[in-house]
Amino acid sequence: MVDLRVNLGKIQLKNPVMTASGTFGYGTEYYDFFDVSRIGGIVVKGTTLRDRQGNAYPRMAETPSGMLNAVGLQNKGVEYFAENIYPTLLDLNTSIFVNISGSTVEEYVETAAIINELDHIPGIELNISCPNVKEGGMTFGTSCPSAAQAVKEVRRVYGKELMVKLSPNVTSISEIAKAVEGEGADSISLINTLLGMAIHAETRKPVLSTVTGGLSGPAVKPVALRMVWEVSKSVGIPVVGMGGIINATDAIEFLLAGATAIQIGTANFIDPTTPVKVLEGIEDYLLRHKMNSVSELIGALEV
Amino acid sequence: MKKFMSDLLISEMIRLNEQYFIIKLTAEDKLPEMLPGQFAEIKVEDSPSTFLRRPISINFVDYERNELWLLIQIVGAGTLKLSQLRAGDSLNLIYPLGNTFSLPDFKPSDILLVGGGVGIAPLLFWGAKLASEGYTCTFLLGGRSESNLLMLDEFKRYGTVVVTTEDGSSGEKGYVTDHSILKTKQFDAVYTCGPTPMMKAVAAYAAKNKLFCEVSLENTMACGFGACLCCVTDTTDGHLCVCTEGPVFPITKLKW
Repeated sequence: MVDLRVNLGKIQLKNPVMTASGTFGYGTEYYDFFDVSRIGGIVVKGTTLRDRQGNAYPRMAETPSGMLNAVGLQNKGVEYFAENIYPTLLDLNTSIFVNISGSTVEEYVETAAIINELDHIPGIELNISCPNVKEGGMTFGTSCPSAAQAVKEVRRVYGKELMVKLSPNVTSISEIAKAVEGEGADSISLINTLLGMAIHAETRKPVLSTVTGGLSGPAVKPVALRMVWEVSKSVGIPVVGMGGIINATDAIEFLLAGATAIQIGTANFIDPTTPVKVLEGIEDYLLRHKMNSVSELIGALEV
Repeated sequence: MKKFMSDLLISEMIRLNEQYFIIKLTAEDKLPEMLPGQFAEIKVEDSPSTFLRRPISINFVDYERNELWLLIQIVGAGTLKLSQLRAGDSLNLIYPLGNTFSLPDFKPSDILLVGGGVGIAPLLFWGAKLASEGYTCTFLLGGRSESNLLMLDEFKRYGTVVVTTEDGSSGEKGYVTDHSILKTKQFDAVYTCGPTPMMKAVAAYAAKNKLFCEVSLENTMACGFGACLCCVTDTTDGHLCVCTEGPVFPITKLKW
């Protein structure tokens, strides 16, 4: 038996495989495909203080080895989550994170305070990196002072695991990482989507209703790996890596680059059983390389 | 309904013409129950530019032969690759997805099913079910020209078939909503699937005549099962996912 447990600041995951926010609904969408309790953690859909209808259709464009999305944080608000969705998650035996977003620091704080009261939610993922909303979102995560301020204020009301999700759309992601670590983040997840766009040549119009959107999928993996590697060398807190992981080999590359855990995102849309396949693949790798614990892989890149 | 991700075996490939083909799929085990209006998400292998699955309507289910039919139009690299598959190959599907057509709360005496191009696909399965329950169906099928009129012999098994073509190569010339049957015959329930302008015109005809009407929408999707929230349509209940709340919607719910 290999030891798959990993420590993310205040909590321990039973294994390093998580699912990324916005790609896994509330978990229930995947019950027909595999036992969601097998994986280390799930990050549920981005949640805001109030109901959001999201952006107009079209919200998606397929790209070479990836996709652009412009969903825009469609959700029914944190109160609805706490009353109607949270009770359905209580039987899941995995660590459930709520990804929270806001237009103002006050909205982040209020949302976090409500989630703080939910016993079965051991952590939040603070989304300061959504590229698809007009106000807030990524604007917090693209400068050190605003990223630091959001984390600082949320930290005051939120005592459990505070994971901060960073945007790749910055000059130096390590500087942002250091700034949020300095305000008490327990862990850092990266990367959110890369800002991109798609154009219909024949109609001379943008594909997405919002013109620009967030790129995800294998197309972004090399960028994500580089950023995980840079950030994990710059901070002392655990890093959760994501960006284009579709199989166990991809996941292991992120662990080697310094990630303590990984998140599966876009791959869930194409093969909804990807998280368990990645989990089994990591276990096989450890056995094959005669390693006792997944922690031996973390940051083990030989440069 | 439980969703499955399975490899099914291609029992037959039928090329209808340059643009359209039918894949008939089977499995060793009994296929699960599927409902008219539902769809499958198809994995396209070995097509580098096709990253996502392709949502395809369930055209027909032959439970006796344990066969699932998909009617597909070649529109891009993904569907072109699918058209090159052969009997004996396997195909990975996530299915059955979405909701189903429904009957009005009264017993309709004359039902109209209006399809355009590849949008006729789910109407065959629904028409077959309606016919098996004793309903009288008229299929009004349209296309740009004769080569876009598909599976007419199959439709004739389940009701009366009338056609229109834009170039007049078959049936009445014009759009489906120009067909004389709409003036000569009274219908009390309408179902439609096809290009959006056609469905909007059919919905307008139904609304004008105060008829029960459901439409089956097609939107680009990343997942097909309610996780990505990419395929929304604007409804009286806000943005709803076409994949889980649809693809079938009553026209009263759509903001058309």
